[in-house]
Amino acid sequence: MNFTPDIRLFSCHYTCQQTSAMDGKGLSNINFPENIKINRVVCTGKIEVTTLLKAFEEGADGVYVVGCPLDACHNAKGSQRAAKRVETVREALAELNVEPDRIKMYHTPRGLHHEFVEAAHEMNSIVTKLGPSPF
Amino acid sequence: MIIAERKPLAEIIDMVKDHTKILVLACRGCVTVCSAGGEREADILASLIRLGLKKEGKKAEVSTASLVRQCDKEYIDGIDQWKGQYDAIVSTACGVGVNFIANLRQGEHVYPALNTTFFGGSAEQGIWSEQCAGCGNCVLHLTGGLCPIARCAKSLFNGPCGGSVKGRCEINSQVPCVWQKIYDRMGTLNRQKELFVTQPIRDWSSAGHGGPRKQVRDDLTI
Repeated sequence: MNFTPDIRLFSCHYTCQQTSAMDGKGLSNINFPENIKINRVVCTGKIEVTTLLKAFEEGADGVYVVGCPLDACHNAKGSQRAAKRVETVREALAELNVEPDRIKMYHTPRGLHHEFVEAAHEMNSIVTKLGPSPF
Repeated sequence: MIIAERKPLAEIIDMVKDHTKILVLACRGCVTVCSAGGEREADILASLIRLGLKKEGKKAEVSTASLVRQCDKEYIDGIDQWKGQYDAIVSTACGVGVNFIANLRQGEHVYPALNTTFFGGSAEQGIWSEQCAGCGNCVLHLTGGLCPIARCAKSLFNGPCGGSVKGRCEINSQVPCVWQKIYDRMGTLNRQKELFVTQPIRDWSSAGHGGPRKQVRDDLTI
């Protein structure tokens, strides 16, 4: 099956600042998948559970959050809170008999680092294997 | 406050699967404080119901609203503002709220989103613990303010059972023995001698064993 997943990324200002690098061309220059829609937020701790669920309601096949390292969040505990909320959604998906891996949390260093792109490719691979959203 | 937790999603979705217009009704009382049934949790549940029903191939409008409390008639009357916009209410209040809606809205379907668990308080962020059993005949003046009904696994009245080990309850080593706590606290207060007074066999009718309880305050009724 030829399937290109609709993946939504929620990332904090600090970990996805490469989105603005080189007039916005920075990401394509470093092989960031084009099917991933980036939602830049001030801090991942600001992301509500409903925000993540809404992405699925809107048709996302997969959702992931990239925030600061657990012990080095710019806002102290923002990425820890985000991880908890992602976990809440993973548990809810399991309750609905949907693969929890359709949503994941990543913690990457701030700035332009290869981990940010690696997370995108990993998520792309996971969701492509899972197939279209059951919703 | 009353502590509650969300029911399993499968149970909730099974309740509402035949409805097409669902109102998830939050309560801004106790269940908001314990993060089980406030506006935020109602929004989350509404989204999950939409996703769950969609996955089952069912179409339904799921909206949310909230009331100040669902345990007072005057607030329940507020439901009328959404008349015609729903064919079922999923209440995220405690069981009292669900009962009140059922009592006052005879023809309407109302379903509980929560399991009401106990009377408790915030032990720390995200953790609540049972502190009171609502037994209707408080003995806290005899026990230094610590409740042997709610906090002793056997609800003992005259000291600990033989299972208390190093201040921990035999049902679970994570549970403190409240009788150890009572003994220690009464010592701190220089009141341990009071614990030698044997408490008589208790009449449990005040605890609901005599049927549903009701309280009438003649000074307040009109």
